Amino acid sequence: MSTIYILWLRQLKRYFRSKPRIIGSLGQPLLFLVALGFGLGPIYQKAGAGNYIQFIVPGIISMGILFTALFSGIEIIWDREFGFLKETLVAPTSRLEIVIGRTLGGATVAFFQGVIILCLSFLVGFRPQNIMLLPFSLLFMFLIALLFTAIGTAIASVLEDMQGFQLIMNFLVMPLFFLSGALFPLAGLPKPLAIVAKIDPLSYGVDGLRGILVGTSHFGLLQNFLVLSIMTTFVLILGSYLFSKIEI
Amino acid sequence: MIEVQNLTKKFGEFTAVDNISFSVKEGEIFAFLGPNGAGKSTTIKMLTTLLRPTQGKISLNGFDPTREQHEVRCSFGIVFQDQSLDDELTAYENMEFHGVIYKVPKETRKTRIEQLLKFVELWERRNDLVKNFSGGMRRRLEMARGLVHHPKIFFLDEPTLGLDPQTRTHIWNYIKNLNKEEKMTVFFTTHYMEEAEKVAQRIAIIDHGKIVASGTSEELKQKTKKNSLEEAFLALTGDTIREEEVNNIDRMRMRRGHWR
Repeated sequence: MSTIYILWLRQLKRYFRSKPRIIGSLGQPLLFLVALGFGLGPIYQKAGAGNYIQFIVPGIISMGILFTALFSGIEIIWDREFGFLKETLVAPTSRLEIVIGRTLGGATVAFFQGVIILCLSFLVGFRPQNIMLLPFSLLFMFLIALLFTAIGTAIASVLEDMQGFQLIMNFLVMPLFFLSGALFPLAGLPKPLAIVAKIDPLSYGVDGLRGILVGTSHFGLLQNFLVLSIMTTFVLILGSYLFSKIEI
Repeated sequence: MIEVQNLTKKFGEFTAVDNISFSVKEGEIFAFLGPNGAGKSTTIKMLTTLLRPTQGKISLNGFDPTREQHEVRCSFGIVFQDQSLDDELTAYENMEFHGVIYKVPKETRKTRIEQLLKFVELWERRNDLVKNFSGGMRRRLEMARGLVHHPKIFFLDEPTLGLDPQTRTHIWNYIKNLNKEEKMTVFFTTHYMEEAEKVAQRIAIIDHGKIVASGTSEELKQKTKKNSLEEAFLALTGDTIREEEVNNIDRMRMRRGHWR
């Protein structure tokens, strides 16, 4: 237990000590929010679909969480590079404890990032449909954070170095985000795109968050919750397995 | 305390460690010498559960690193060749982290950390981030950290690299003291032959993955009919300069600036 706690604490300390990182990883989501929210807002309104800012805020929150979570997971590669990973690997603790501690830490950090974006979105005019449901949105945000930190951990466990980093960025993070329905409604999509969106785990996170915050959901809250939880459990187990296989 | 029998490690076609056997007794200070790329670090990694041997048997404090990893990990402390501190944490936090994951009880942890940090003269700097530390300070901190849980066996992979003679003597005195008082077994590698001669009770010399000689420093000198360990070492391993292959990590370090 104390091992998990100290690993969690380490992630948090690293996060709060690196102010440029906090600000840096807020920049992109905010740019998307302002540029797309206000840029496409009028057209969206004309199409009779309502307020676009309301629509994309859950998507942008998910984006912020996705980026921070995946990179927190991938930080294992940094630890490998700077040698700290060895220090944890020779310690008499189970690999599972290490993975859980790290993943919880990374997820907490990504969750904070999501909360900050949620708060900032109030400034550009976002209003949740029901304030009372806010705690549930936090639950969804944490699930998204947990899932993608675990995915990052799994990837980092098999990646030797940062060679594959660009690959992940272009072929995983970007598609996950753009195909998730973060920016557009999932209803009425061309068939192939609809199928891809259904496979993308982030779709369920975005949709769940949208269901709670805005009141419109494509898959339904229960399905969103189940898919996210099952995926998270599965990836956590896979990640722990891959992590336990690391040799230096 | 350490028993190694017919240990072999292959990376693909390349044999890094080739059928070596040796043993280290409890309370002994044992030096493992060899040119760059001879297989020293690979051996240490196998002893400390970081790598799985291709062949051979290891027993560490009576446990097998491939099967009884937990027991083995409880038995030793280690100072790695390259740094393994967390730059974004303070000196104290690095020590604390170590103490917690090694399950050192809170009170003991506090007193030991204070005692060790004072000993390596970093107590005043305990709340500074490690990234602001010089190479020597980091080294001292790593030494201190490896001792927080009072290991039975202490592995040191080129521990004194980049330390001035004062610090080196200071640290070795401390280790020798622990060796005497707590019967701590010490297994170290170094490129400083005087150090090995002065500190080690027994020495093994490894080259191209094979142990070419072992014994006390006197025995090695007699065997090669040389006056110093350095000459004996050169006589045993030849004087060609070895090149170590650049590994991924080094390549990555070189590129680090590009995307950080």
